[in-house]
Amino acid sequence: MTVKEIAEKLDFQVLGGEKGLDQAVTTGYVSDLLSDVMGNARAGSIWVTLQTHKNVMAIASLKDLAAIILVNNHKPEDDMLAQSNEEGIPVLATSMGTFDVSGKLYELLRK
Amino acid sequence: MHFEYQIEGGNFTRAGFASSEIKKMMKQLNVDLGIIKRTVVATYEAEVNVVAHAYSGTIYVDFDEEKVVIKLVDEGPGIDDINQAMTEGYSTASSTVREMGFGAGMGLPNMKKNADDLQITSEVGKGTTVIITMFFAKSEQ
Repeated sequence: MTVKEIAEKLDFQVLGGEKGLDQAVTTGYVSDLLSDVMGNARAGSIWVTLQTHKNVMAIASLKDLAAIILVNNHKPEDDMLAQSNEEGIPVLATSMGTFDVSGKLYELLRK
Repeated sequence: MHFEYQIEGGNFTRAGFASSEIKKMMKQLNVDLGIIKRTVVATYEAEVNVVAHAYSGTIYVDFDEEKVVIKLVDEGPGIDDINQAMTEGYSTASSTVREMGFGAGMGLPNMKKNADDLQITSEVGKGTTVIITMFFAKSEQ
C-alpha cells in the first residue's frame, strides 16, 4: 500500500514531501525515542511520532522510512517541513492519538 | 578516499549530515545494503553524541578496498567511566536533549551492536575519540 492510499483511507493531512506519496509502505513503527527508531525501525516503515523537529527527517532519510505521521495535531517545525519536501519523504498529520493511529494502521497494513 | 566533516556541539540541525554523506558514498561503492544500514546506525549515533555532549568535533572518514574507518574526535567533557556509559539506559544528556527524543541511553549500545569494530578512548576534561570500523566483505541479508 502506498503512502497516498493510507493517507486517503485514514484521512491524514499531507503537510509535505508530496514527491514521496507513491512510496510503498511495508510496515509501521511507533516511537518518540529517536535512538529507538534508529536502532529498530525497518526500511519502508511509516513512523508514528509526536516529535516535530528536523532530526526526525534525518532519521527517516537515513533509515529509508516511507513517511512520518504526526499525532494529536502536532505540526512540524519549519526546517522539518523544508527537509520533508527536499527529501520527498511525506509528513502526514492527524488529530488522532498514537493508540488509535497505530491500531488503524495495523488493520490496514496486515491485510 | 579520505573525507572530513566538522561537527558543532549543540547544533542539532546538522546532526546526521556526515552519516548521510557516508551512506551515499557506500551506495556508490555498491557495498552490501545490510552493511550500509549498520554503518548508518553506528555513525549517526556517534555524530549525535558529539552534538549532544561535546563543544566541537571532527569526523575523519577513510575508505579502502575492504573497509571504511570512521573516526570521530571531539573536544568536550570526556567520559569518566566508559563501561558505565555503554550500559543500556545510562545517559548524562540534558533535559532539552531528552525532550527531543535523544538521550535514552541507547546511543552507545546501538553503536556497539552495529559496528564491526568499535574503539572508544576518552580523557575527562579534554574529549573523546570514537573509531568505528566496517568491513565490506561480510556479506549479509
